[in-house]
Amino acid sequence: MKFGIIVFPGSNCDIDCYHVLKDVLGKDVEYIWHDTEELEDFDCIILPGGFSYGDYLRCGAVAQFSKAMEQVRLHAEKGKLVLGICNGFQILTEAGLLSGALVRNKNLKFICDTVALKVENNNTSFTSRYNVGEVIDIPIAHGEGNYVVDEDTLKKMKENGQVLFTYEENPNGSTFNIAGVCNARKNVLGMMPHPERAGEALLGNTDGIKLFQSIIDYLEGGAKNDK
Amino acid sequence: MTNRYKAVGLNKQEYDKILEVLGREPNELELNMYGVMWSEHCSYKHSRALFRHFPTSNERVLQGPGENAGIVDIGDNLAVAMKIESHNHPSAIEPYQGAATGVGGIIRDIFAMGARPIALLNSLRFGEIENSDRVKFLLEGVVEGIAGYGNCIGIPTVGGEVYFNQSYRGNPLVNAMCVGLIEHDKIHRGNASGVGNSIMYVGAATGRDGMGGASFASVELTEESEEKRSAVQVGDPFMEKLLLEACLELLETGCVVGIQDLGAAGLTSACCETATRGEGGMEIDVLKIPRREKGMLPVEVMISESQERMLLIVEKGREEEVNRIVEKWGLYSVVIGKVTNDGFLRVMEGDEVAGEMPADSLDSSGAPKYYKDYEMPAYIKEVKNFTSTDVEEPQDYNETLLALLKSPNLASKEWIYRQYDHMVRTSTVVKPGSDAAVMRVRGSKKGIALTTDCNSRLCYLDPREGSKIAVTEAARNIVCSGAKPLAITDGLNFGSPEKPDRFWQFRESILGISEACRELDTPVISGNVSFYNETETYAIHPTPIIGMVGVLEDVEKACTMEFKEDGDVILLLGNTKDEIGGSEYLARIHGLEKGEVPAINFGLEKKLQAFVLEAIEKGLLQSAHDLSEGGLGVALAECGIGRRLGANVSFETNLRKDILLFSESQSRFILSVKKEKLQQIKDMMETVAAPYEIIGEVTGEKLQVTINDSLTIDMAVNQMEETWRGALACIME
Amino acid sequence: MKAKVYVTLKKSIADPQGFAIKGALNKMGYGKIEDVRIGKLIELDLGDVTKEEADEQLKTMCEKLLANTVIEQYEYEILV
Repeated sequence: MKFGIIVFPGSNCDIDCYHVLKDVLGKDVEYIWHDTEELEDFDCIILPGGFSYGDYLRCGAVAQFSKAMEQVRLHAEKGKLVLGICNGFQILTEAGLLSGALVRNKNLKFICDTVALKVENNNTSFTSRYNVGEVIDIPIAHGEGNYVVDEDTLKKMKENGQVLFTYEENPNGSTFNIAGVCNARKNVLGMMPHPERAGEALLGNTDGIKLFQSIIDYLEGGAKNDK
Repeated sequence: MTNRYKAVGLNKQEYDKILEVLGREPNELELNMYGVMWSEHCSYKHSRALFRHFPTSNERVLQGPGENAGIVDIGDNLAVAMKIESHNHPSAIEPYQGAATGVGGIIRDIFAMGARPIALLNSLRFGEIENSDRVKFLLEGVVEGIAGYGNCIGIPTVGGEVYFNQSYRGNPLVNAMCVGLIEHDKIHRGNASGVGNSIMYVGAATGRDGMGGASFASVELTEESEEKRSAVQVGDPFMEKLLLEACLELLETGCVVGIQDLGAAGLTSACCETATRGEGGMEIDVLKIPRREKGMLPVEVMISESQERMLLIVEKGREEEVNRIVEKWGLYSVVIGKVTNDGFLRVMEGDEVAGEMPADSLDSSGAPKYYKDYEMPAYIKEVKNFTSTDVEEPQDYNETLLALLKSPNLASKEWIYRQYDHMVRTSTVVKPGSDAAVMRVRGSKKGIALTTDCNSRLCYLDPREGSKIAVTEAARNIVCSGAKPLAITDGLNFGSPEKPDRFWQFRESILGISEACRELDTPVISGNVSFYNETETYAIHPTPIIGMVGVLEDVEKACTMEFKEDGDVILLLGNTKDEIGGSEYLARIHGLEKGEVPAINFGLEKKLQAFVLEAIEKGLLQSAHDLSEGGLGVALAECGIGRRLGANVSFETNLRKDILLFSESQSRFILSVKKEKLQQIKDMMETVAAPYEIIGEVTGEKLQVTINDSLTIDMAVNQMEETWRGALACIME
Repeated sequence: MKAKVYVTLKKSIADPQGFAIKGALNKMGYGKIEDVRIGKLIELDLGDVTKEEADEQLKTMCEKLLANTVIEQYEYEILV
């Protein structure tokens, strides 16, 4: 099992994801430079947070054209896992791998805080270790995390269980309090909160670790869908 | 042509010195280069003479002042690089970009040493904010600028301070501090060593940025070019992120022998400073410098302050290696000259010599140095004419405490730090809002604690004692987090050094910092001076901002200020005296900035700091909080708010109640201890003869303070929290 | 009366955003692009005012709020 973390110019949270997977969970993980044209070796691709290409023009707008993103598309088409966190979520929506878009926070300010999320669906490879309705504290740090999506799509996403995380108290104006959504096939997850920042007791929060453990369970073939 | 020097901000004497050095009249380019290098900002001509008072070395200091940043050893082959720098004037003109480029500049200083920047702090001062749209505009812009740059480049902003005082209404202060980690054997310096080695330029192209303020002697400059010059520098954190990664990768290869940030006075200062520290000479060709705009004159290229640029001195023959790495990061690099040993900085324009000056005559070793007259200002005696009985005792202490918690100087700064990504890179163990921020050091058990401190009201009333208190309070904050104080960087913000009364403040402050740093064994390893922070009628309060770093051998033992559990015993360490002079209480409640500042006794201070540190290291404390602005009353409230825990405490005292509660006597701490560890703590305190009182315990949901058997404060923690947390947001929104 | 206001950075001010977008466009194959500068378009409906009033209002709005004249310049267009 191997994780790959794509490094775009301007990625900041690449080392945080690496650290959680490698040092905390002891898994095999590699950085992948944005011009890579080969992702065959990897089982789960992570698009980390940060400000890819400065987030100039629109967040994630430039990154979607990188060579690695063409590969990420193919990787997703094969049904393999893709996790986009924060800027990674923005890239996934720009690239059309997830529905909707992320616009400026309602208060027009960058918000860095720890917020309560509700787990809406645990029947996915990303959330199996959580309980439905479980409330977890996960840090957010974004200026453009206000998720917008048209009503029809939202309805379909809800019916199909694609909304995985919602905010208990909406910090940014997101539609339907959405914090994280996946695609219809449930192999591509985008979320604004940073589970990799909630992986160690030293940092005061371990609520995010179960997300990575869920992925590992799935990849190891022991996905727990017993909830 | 007689007054050419005035146009570049020099005087007759200084111009004569140039004539003497060159043995001829300088040409336009040379004169302008002297003008910027001999400005106060670059040469420290009015402050340098006093720096000899600073202790700048001990066994831990690996790099003292004089480089891009200072470096202090934290053990295990690891070290911390740090520096603070002001960006006051640019922030007053354009708060967003001014603050952003201040952050960008200080980050470059850190990675120019080869260190990976891991944390940012900011110390801000504004005029009083309530009812001032101008101050709200400035605060909003400065905070967004800091956030915009720090968040984008991915370096957490973990601490700092913000104070509001009318003395800053015409001159806001924006001081940014950056801290980096480095291994001992990877320290790089700005030396142009090795004759024949290549001078390479990396990063953004050069435009006419940051030149609007500069005066030019040149008659060649057309009006059109005047119009194109801008006082405002624009920051590009994305470019800087690439530059940072590229430089750190380059330094690993060993092909870079010297590296220097292009900051104030741009290429001019980077070239002459690296030359002076190296072989003594350098030759560069201005035509090879990448330019953003057409038609730039050599002088514009040489003194431009465009951001996100670095100068590298590269081993001859390895230039391609540099180009490859730089290109990988999407940037470009170019050879612009070579190291020489003839002692001259030679600026070529193609084959023509455009300017030629002894390199060491330009930088601070050759610049003029003044020791100005000083005289104690008249106000000093006047403000001391105060005794605490001059003010009436408040009727309602609940109300007084709430009023203080609501003061923008004491209220929560959450509205600000919520806009800063303070967690990115997942090393922030103690987040903003505590006495000091604590960062873990990846790959080791250690942690470092960081803080900035300066109570400028005390520095106004007594610059020497106030400055001692600034250093000591920084150390106390570091100790409360469980770290041993190691070293400081100082951001010295003052009025005009050419006025004897202002220079007196500066001198007193330097002497105070020096004494405190010597007493606490925390040398000054880097710093910055910003003078002329004054308007026609008034100057800012003297503001020597102390940035301090400390080390925790085991980061897991980091301590925070908030009470942890019901039933814990609360102790007050230190003595409370009749010392409300200069207090926030006196200013906020009675509208007075007067009095003797609290006295500081280094013997007691050191004893108590050592005790607190030892108690934390032994795992005996639940919490530790330093008492500063707002005194005991505010400190107790702050300790309770964190986890919404009440406390019941009582005192027997001969002091008036307001003095007991709000005096800002030094060398005091509030500690909380588990009951079962109380005896051990008592034994320790008695062994060192530490003055202490057991004042009560953590309990319930209210703060209840009984003084001489009368219940003086009785307030729900919730209510205090609401007031304290909401105050700034309420003003801003 | 409707109007369009264009706010752009002054020529002397560096435009990091434009620079980064130029780089991206160059990489996408538009190699000849020499410069990209990014600004804002603001559309306003001024209500029932004369052209002269509109002109005056727009000028004040730009100076006071819409543009930061320390670093930005503006132009506007009144649409009839």
